[in-house]
Amino acid sequence: MDTEVRQITSDACRAFANDGTRLLDILHEIQRRLGHVPPDAIEAIADCTSLAPVRVQQTLAFYAFFSDRPLGKVVIRLCDDVVDRMWGYDAVRAAFEKALGIPMGGTTPDGMIGLQRTPCIGMSDQSPAALVGTTVFTRLTPESAERIVAGLRAGCQPAELIEKCGDGNNAHTLVRAMVRNNIRQPGAVLLTEGERGAAIANALAMSPAEVIRTVKNARLRGCGGAGFPTGMKWEFARSARGPRKLIFCNADEGEPGTFKDRVLLTEHPNRVFAGMTIAGYAVGAAEGILYLRAEYAYLRPFLEDILARRRADGLLGNAIRGKHSFGFDIRIQLGAGSYVCGAELALLRSCEGGPGEPMTRPPFPVQSGYLGCPSVVNNVETLALVTKILESGAPAFSELGEEGCSGTKLLSLSGDCTRPGVYEVPLGTPLRDVLDMCGGGDARSVLVGGASGRFVGPALFDRLISFDDLSTGGAIIVFGPQRSVPEIVELYSHFFAEESCGYCAPCRIGTVLLRERLGRIVRGTGEPADLEYLEELGDTMKATSRCGLGQAAPNALLSSLKNFRPAYEELVRSDPDGFKRAFDLDKAVTQAGEIAARLSIRGQEVAL
Amino acid sequence: MSEITLTIDGREITTQPGRTILEAAEEHGIYIPRLCHLPGLKPFGGCRVCTVLVNGRSEAACTQPVAQGIVVENDTEQLRAWRRNIIEMLFVEGNHFCPSCEKSGDCELQALAYRMGISAPRHPFLWPRREVDASHPDVLIDHNRCILCARCARTSRDIDGKEVFGFVGRGPARKLTINPGARLVDSALDVTDQAVNACPVGAILRKRGAYATPVGRRHYDRAPIGSGIETPAELTIDRGDQP
Ligand SMILES: Cc1cc2nc3c(=O)[nH]c(=O)nc-3n(C[C@H](O)[C@H](O)[C@H](O)COP(=O)(O)O)c2cc1C
Ligand code: SF4
Ligand code: SF4
Ligand code: FES
Ligand code: FES
Repeated sequence: MDTEVRQITSDACRAFANDGTRLLDILHEIQRRLGHVPPDAIEAIADCTSLAPVRVQQTLAFYAFFSDRPLGKVVIRLCDDVVDRMWGYDAVRAAFEKALGIPMGGTTPDGMIGLQRTPCIGMSDQSPAALVGTTVFTRLTPESAERIVAGLRAGCQPAELIEKCGDGNNAHTLVRAMVRNNIRQPGAVLLTEGERGAAIANALAMSPAEVIRTVKNARLRGCGGAGFPTGMKWEFARSARGPRKLIFCNADEGEPGTFKDRVLLTEHPNRVFAGMTIAGYAVGAAEGILYLRAEYAYLRPFLEDILARRRADGLLGNAIRGKHSFGFDIRIQLGAGSYVCGAELALLRSCEGGPGEPMTRPPFPVQSGYLGCPSVVNNVETLALVTKILESGAPAFSELGEEGCSGTKLLSLSGDCTRPGVYEVPLGTPLRDVLDMCGGGDARSVLVGGASGRFVGPALFDRLISFDDLSTGGAIIVFGPQRSVPEIVELYSHFFAEESCGYCAPCRIGTVLLRERLGRIVRGTGEPADLEYLEELGDTMKATSRCGLGQAAPNALLSSLKNFRPAYEELVRSDPDGFKRAFDLDKAVTQAGEIAARLSIRGQEVAL
Repeated sequence: MSEITLTIDGREITTQPGRTILEAAEEHGIYIPRLCHLPGLKPFGGCRVCTVLVNGRSEAACTQPVAQGIVVENDTEQLRAWRRNIIEMLFVEGNHFCPSCEKSGDCELQALAYRMGISAPRHPFLWPRREVDASHPDVLIDHNRCILCARCARTSRDIDGKEVFGFVGRGPARKLTINPGARLVDSALDVTDQAVNACPVGAILRKRGAYATPVGRRHYDRAPIGSGIETPAELTIDRGDQP
């Protein structure tokens, strides 16, 4: 084995105490030094960590941001989400390909630059967007793509190619990103300043049971999508048996079209960390892990610095605020490019160093999650709200909602609207008001909840944004009259087939079959019977898939088949002669034609 | 601990806490179709063929524990339709040419298809390109027929204590792999390993034993899958050489 590989591998393993549960960190470190993880390193990691080699390989192969072959010293990952396609993806991609002289997926012959596609990187309000290394570039144009390539060729680091930093902490010396917050409507709760440490002081003055009661009285529900009552989750974990309990902050934010957690982490990290600490106190946990998606790695130095400051200020570490019975600390776990890792049962596996295959439930994570320990997983926004609740009290929070709902919700608005960005609205706000706020009055269809959400049309615009009506983890993507709903659904079907973990049959195979049939329909070879076929397939996946990914993958399809059926009916037709439209006679006889050295094209014989 | 009472398709049964729904049903002669479940192994919950409704919510019967008073639906039109759909998906995901497969008649996937009345899948065949690993002197793996149920991998790890198999690749790219190296002959697998017997389909085969039992006299030629569990059996079963 290459001695350099051996050295780098054993250094990387040693940096994480040869601990197999830190496999993601080990692989990140090797890849940072070598650009990829060579096969030799797999055996070496297995030796150091006592993991079976096949387990190392399993984790390595699972994550999109790891590679077992060199992709380039710098990798450009261009987001090809639906929203980017609306704002010039094709031209930007062509510009990158031309400037680099390679197709998408390729590496320049000198091995310097690689070009890869990637799903939503959490910049949908400033798309097209790309990661160059870990540096984010937004609002790309063919010209800026050329400038980036020229700069990299001239030997610049990606970060040196940023022309102007974004607003707020995006310009912080530890961030220096061109990302913009686009906070369009700061509401009563999150986007206002609060005193650092006040919430923790209030919490520590109560008993853990009182803290849980306060969160319950505020009627706080999880903001990650499922809307589970937070106080109840904490109570389960508090009463679970186990010497070691943990609090996880879910900052995977992988749902296409969602970016509000990114803004919270940029502008209010202290609130998020305070929320984790309060959760730790309430539940009886001494450890917290922030699971940060790899796309947000650019925020990591900034967040590490905040953690260090909190330790220095006695807000983390032993005896927090002088209370000897309570210690709590937080570390950051970087993800590696996988949407399903946002699902809590997969997130926990990922934190253990495994592939993001959801654990079997029951047991529930609050009883037995990460390494068998009682584990609470909460969304970034949920934890920030906890801090607000402990600051100003439960009644002040619950009164903020409308129509019987409690509190506010952050929305990530993108698509065909003039003011995309983050909005804080009272729960219970009608969708129509939200569309007016963001300049999306021309909307014909809206995807509420992102790629795994539901497609609604004008007839449903008076419905309310709330957990019990139009429920969303935050993403709202607006589409104007010029967009085709079936085409959007087809594009997202690729996303699900690529992000399925593959553990369970209905999702692993069903996502591929959905993509195949939707492809046929948008290419114009679909038949009326295909719509029923898709409904049955979607129903089966929804009912039988193991986790939320496979269960929600058909949502956009099924809701659009209901609310936009004419758009599909226009695309599918029966063949007047009763033939199968998907059957391509010319294609079917090509091979025979090649063997016979002549081709029959629509009745004409052509010699090859 | 005290006994638990639940109903399955309207029939009230009692069982011990800690059982899964699938186990409790089986105890009482009720068959819930399954593929990745193998008694003695930790439940996997991957094939989803055992999906049932528990108080109206769908759950995998092989991983879902029983609870007092739950109402389980198993043999309904809707559930049969979902299961049929999954079986059809499994057929198109791999390359299953039953007439030329030595497992034909002993294959659980094929037997489930027969039981469910599937003559041809409604899905388009995906025709994946997959390999055959015949490097081992006594055992071969035909990846064309692998349904990724992990019965081999779990048996190797938990019963043989070897962890010979694993899965690499995400989603549709998921593939059974051998540890270490790429070929079976390089692995610690022995023909006497229990893992060799764990495969429900014709993916892992013992060499030189293919037609010891002639086609027509095999397990599911004699009786449909599940009929060893169901009481009363739907057909008169000649248990013959069944284990
Ligand atoms: C495929 C999938 C992806 C998810 N992604 C996220 C995510 O990125 N962030 C998040 O907070 N929750 C995500 N969730 C929801 C989590 O499983 C979990 O419900 C949530 O983190 C719990 O926190 P909460 O109660 O504070 O909302 C996802 C769920 C699924 C099924
Ligand atoms: S539904 Fe199944 S295959 Fe899909 S991501 Fe979840 S566990 Fe994996
Ligand atoms: S080889 Fe057989 S037992 Fe192993 S995963 Fe494939 S189908 Fe299952
Ligand atoms: S960053 Fe491209 S759509 Fe979200
Ligand atoms: S037998 Fe239950 S999921 Fe396979």
